[in-house]
Amino acid sequence: MNINSANILLVLPIIVPLTTASLGLLLYQYNRVQFIITLLGMFTHFLSAIMLFAHVTQNGIITVTMGNWPAPFGISLVADQFSAIMVLMVGIMGLLVFIFALADITKTQIQYGFHPLYQVLLMGVCGAFLTGDLFNLYVWFEVILITAFVLLVLEGKRQQIEGAVKYVTLNLVASFVFLSAIGILYGKVGTLNLADLALKLEHFDEPHLISTLSLMFIVAFGIKAGIFPLFFWLPASYHTPRITITTIFSALLTKVGVYALIRMFTLVFTQDPAFNQQIFILLASLTMITGVLGAVAQYDVRRLLSFHIISQIGYLIMGLAIATSLSLAASIFFMVHVIFAKSALFLISGIINRLKHTYNLKAMGDLYVTCPALSIMFIVAALSLAGLPPFPGFFAKFALIRAGLEAQHSVVVISALCVSILTLYSMIKIWAEAFWKTTPENCETVTPLKTLSIKSSFLLHMPLISLVLLMVAMTVWANPLFELSRTAAEQLINPQLYIEAVKLSTP
Amino acid sequence: MDIVLAFVIGILFACALYLMMRRSMIKVVIGLALLSQAANLLIFTAAGLHRGDPPLIPEGALVPIAPHADPLPQALVLTAIVIGFGVLAFTLVLFQRVYMIIGTDDLDQMRSTDTESTDLKTLPQQEVHEH
Repeated sequence: MNINSANILLVLPIIVPLTTASLGLLLYQYNRVQFIITLLGMFTHFLSAIMLFAHVTQNGIITVTMGNWPAPFGISLVADQFSAIMVLMVGIMGLLVFIFALADITKTQIQYGFHPLYQVLLMGVCGAFLTGDLFNLYVWFEVILITAFVLLVLEGKRQQIEGAVKYVTLNLVASFVFLSAIGILYGKVGTLNLADLALKLEHFDEPHLISTLSLMFIVAFGIKAGIFPLFFWLPASYHTPRITITTIFSALLTKVGVYALIRMFTLVFTQDPAFNQQIFILLASLTMITGVLGAVAQYDVRRLLSFHIISQIGYLIMGLAIATSLSLAASIFFMVHVIFAKSALFLISGIINRLKHTYNLKAMGDLYVTCPALSIMFIVAALSLAGLPPFPGFFAKFALIRAGLEAQHSVVVISALCVSILTLYSMIKIWAEAFWKTTPENCETVTPLKTLSIKSSFLLHMPLISLVLLMVAMTVWANPLFELSRTAAEQLINPQLYIEAVKLSTP
Repeated sequence: MDIVLAFVIGILFACALYLMMRRSMIKVVIGLALLSQAANLLIFTAAGLHRGDPPLIPEGALVPIAPHADPLPQALVLTAIVIGFGVLAFTLVLFQRVYMIIGTDDLDQMRSTDTESTDLKTLPQQEVHEH
């Protein structure tokens, strides 16, 4: 294996956070040094994600097999357009949420190791997006899981550890289902390299066994992604940690589950598309509907937004269910948009909490008068989430629904449209309660607006403004960005490209 | 042998899931431990059981002699054991903290994340730190 730049680009998004985390752990006593190293590491990671993205966009799928082994024997890392987009999202969100964290995370939590944990989380997510090996994917899932556990309980409050009990138990069950499915798959097929699996399963003579296995994978990834009957850990835990941690979880963790589902069901389990389609259509509709119905009932902003995560996962699965090039492109575009919009909303709720000291909508009010800029940013993110033009959510939903109509899946299209209206309703509810109404007078718990120091005000608002600008950019350049998603979707629809790319790395 | 192990794995899974549906936290932990062992044993068995056929290449040959055990599932199981051990250790510590803070090991008592306080006076407040 000659060491060329492409190979290095592929491992950098994993190596950089690993190095940063290791140095951070070694220097955990020196908060200042640790902070500077982490900041440098974050920027390097961001740059490496951009470089990988640029390279893949220009030259197509790149792949490298670890340890100089030929392809199916060593562990392959593969970056196609979809992976590259997701790694870029990790770079962007990792950096922005890190900046927000500087004003939100307390000194005690930094001493408990927030910085290294955050880096390991980013490493796990990038690893999961880049790996081309099923068992390696399991390992990355565990890396993500164990850092997520610790980040969740970093403050050690009653609510957090109660939420963590549910999160830990259900996610461990998912891991063991995943592991069992890997074991059976290996026993039957004799390989775990995704490209090799795809080749060998093409002419496999026991279709029923493969269907059963694919269901095990749906259960395992479904728990991680938070799809319909398996999402109960999410609203029980996501609203408990500090808002920084909730934001990065909502931006990246469930998306890893969706990514794994899309990868497995466009590359490996493609033998019985009709069977997969039936299941995913049903799951997508129910996920959207239950998610949004849960959200409508909530008065805690974070719980409301957590239920919205679930409902948006439904849209992503809808794109996978329809499984045409247009619908997958729409799913990818939607994924990028929802990461921006949902993170912006969580950050806004964090800033509101800093001003009002509460997450309860009933105790809020007056924000339209006191913080007009915040209100405008909320409007952009909320309307984009609901899918109103001219915001990027509109283009994503438009493409999804058009793909659904072209493939004649009326049920899922109707539920997608109804869920959009309910999403708009719950966004209007936040608007009316938090921004428009006057603060209820009997609320003694509400303290007067607190003036933030300039430094923390900048650190809190900078990531939010960047997210809103990114959303505006997505609107202005919607066409080229959708074309990019289209390229990614084409690669997913034609798994031959992926398989050939992996095989080419044989010396 | 395969049949026996298949039954063992099935019983392990059944016991694990039964324990995890109990209200006591400690039974949930034992359930998780059994589940992890069941999954490991499943990988080991599903990949094929061979006795006395080490995957060694004799001198002068390029490939191992035909009936040989596959070493990969053992590597997978080893990794899975290590990961399972780490995760289980964390779970134990977490559950001990839960017991210390909440004072019960009854999972039905842990409802504070699912119910919403509508009384404005008792809203969970998040303290603000400046630094």
